[in-house]
Amino acid sequence: MRYLDPTQVSRRMNGRIVKNKSAKGLFFLATLFGLIVLAVLIYRVVVDGIGWIDWSFLTGRQSHDPERAGIMGAILGTLWMMVVVAPVTLILGIGTAIYLELYARKGRLQSFIQTNIANLAGVPSIVYGILGLTIFVRAMKMGNIVLAGGLTLSLLVLPIVIVAAQEAIRAVPSYLSEASYGMGATKWQTIKNIILPAALPGILTGAILALSRAIGETAPLTVIGIPALIIPFPEGIFDKFTALPMQIYYWTLDSSLVTEYANLAAATIVVLLILLFLLNSVAIFIRNKFQQRY
Amino acid sequence: MSLATVKENVSMAKNQSNAVISTSTVNGIVFDTKDLNLWYGETHALKEINLTIHEKEVTAIIGPSGCGKSTYLKTLNRMVELVPSVRTTGVITYKGKSILDKAFKVEDLRTHVGMVFQKPNPFPKSIYDNIAYGPRIHGIRNKKILDEIVEKSLRGAYIWDEVKDRLKENAYGLSGGQQQRLCIARTLAIEPDVILMDEPTSALDPKSTLKIEDLVQELKRNYSIIIVTHNMQQAARISDRTAFFLDGEVIEFNDTDTIFTNPYDKRTEDYISGRFG
Repeated sequence: MRYLDPTQVSRRMNGRIVKNKSAKGLFFLATLFGLIVLAVLIYRVVVDGIGWIDWSFLTGRQSHDPERAGIMGAILGTLWMMVVVAPVTLILGIGTAIYLELYARKGRLQSFIQTNIANLAGVPSIVYGILGLTIFVRAMKMGNIVLAGGLTLSLLVLPIVIVAAQEAIRAVPSYLSEASYGMGATKWQTIKNIILPAALPGILTGAILALSRAIGETAPLTVIGIPALIIPFPEGIFDKFTALPMQIYYWTLDSSLVTEYANLAAATIVVLLILLFLLNSVAIFIRNKFQQRY
Repeated sequence: MSLATVKENVSMAKNQSNAVISTSTVNGIVFDTKDLNLWYGETHALKEINLTIHEKEVTAIIGPSGCGKSTYLKTLNRMVELVPSVRTTGVITYKGKSILDKAFKVEDLRTHVGMVFQKPNPFPKSIYDNIAYGPRIHGIRNKKILDEIVEKSLRGAYIWDEVKDRLKENAYGLSGGQQQRLCIARTLAIEPDVILMDEPTSALDPKSTLKIEDLVQELKRNYSIIIVTHNMQQAARISDRTAFFLDGEVIEFNDTDTIFTNPYDKRTEDYISGRFG
């Protein structure tokens, strides 16, 4: 006796094939929704802002007069902040990941730390702003300078870098480190020569994505009191500054008073998006260049 | 620079890191295992193992999956300690020195006792850098010396002619069999006395397997070899002595000829005649 009756099977066949196709259609629609929203957003911003982007806008100083306003100060402020964020998060992030993955004994303490790092990645950014205000601006008396802003953003994105680096280190196959240990290499020699080079593309990708996040953050900077209007350009990490997202925030806030501010905000958003796009391209380039097969 | 000077340099580097291991054996015995027990957490994986490994011989370890043969092999260079929950009792001596003491430096041990793994595991580096890795971590920086070590090791593993024109290419471009011989060459580059082989041909095709087996016969003139294998014909073909493991115990250890023609234990006979395992 057969359990699969051929006539029954072929009768059900069409229904199965229709379901198969509609599943594909459903997932395509889900993807399409996000794409359309993004496209509309970019279209609006570009239409509003593109006419305002010219050389004097990019290189000019800040001004209340929409015709004379420029964003060079905000661009420099953002870049100087990244000069603080990049080394701080890379050194602390990779260091923590190496310790947790390769040195810490697997136990309660380790899993407690692990859970907390995962939770920290989900803490709202404004909370980090309050932390930065309390520690860097007030307790350490830095004031609202680039260094304070950069350190605050470093705290914010550190969990992202740690988790990305941990995953990259964990993805290095154990047979590579075993081969190294098997030849009498010490743990540090194995980490330095085998594990880190193999994990590097993943670590760098995570780090640059974290930088992209930091570049766009506004809330923590408003909390530590970054002003809207600063006429002199920042020349180092100890100068007062403003940043691109702050510029966008304040112009949008005041657009009911001066309608051109909305266009200036849109133009600044375009510049910020291009900067983000460039950073992500660097991430992809680095990953492809260093990616090794194993 | 002559090859003799190279050897001298390498052994100088070894002597700096290690003053405890002598180069002579005790009565031709390399490893002497006495009452070895090993636990992974609560699992008793090795029970009262007593075995002697002789110099410049091939010792085969056979037995069904999960019998502890790989665990025993990895105890000989303490790679087994990479599993955090491992605990051992008993004594293993290497050339008269007790190696399970925590005070004994594993880095020293593994410089004298090299290992070839089940799956070919070259580093994602060039062929040259794969071979030079061992000498470099032991402090050899001189380019000429490294060149000579690389050539000597690749010749020793009979792969020099196949790779001499592509030393700077990534080792992943080699076939599986070539990769495994490269890994053997990489082990030779640290100039060990003993080579542990953990099922070195189980991932290879028959032709590559034969090449590795021939290579093992060549290597035993200069090295003591311990090989874990699933393949009983392989053990019979290439080994001088054979140990049969079952459920973490050594059931029988004897000359390979005796084990395969006239085993004294019924379980050994059942296993080698293919009745289980």
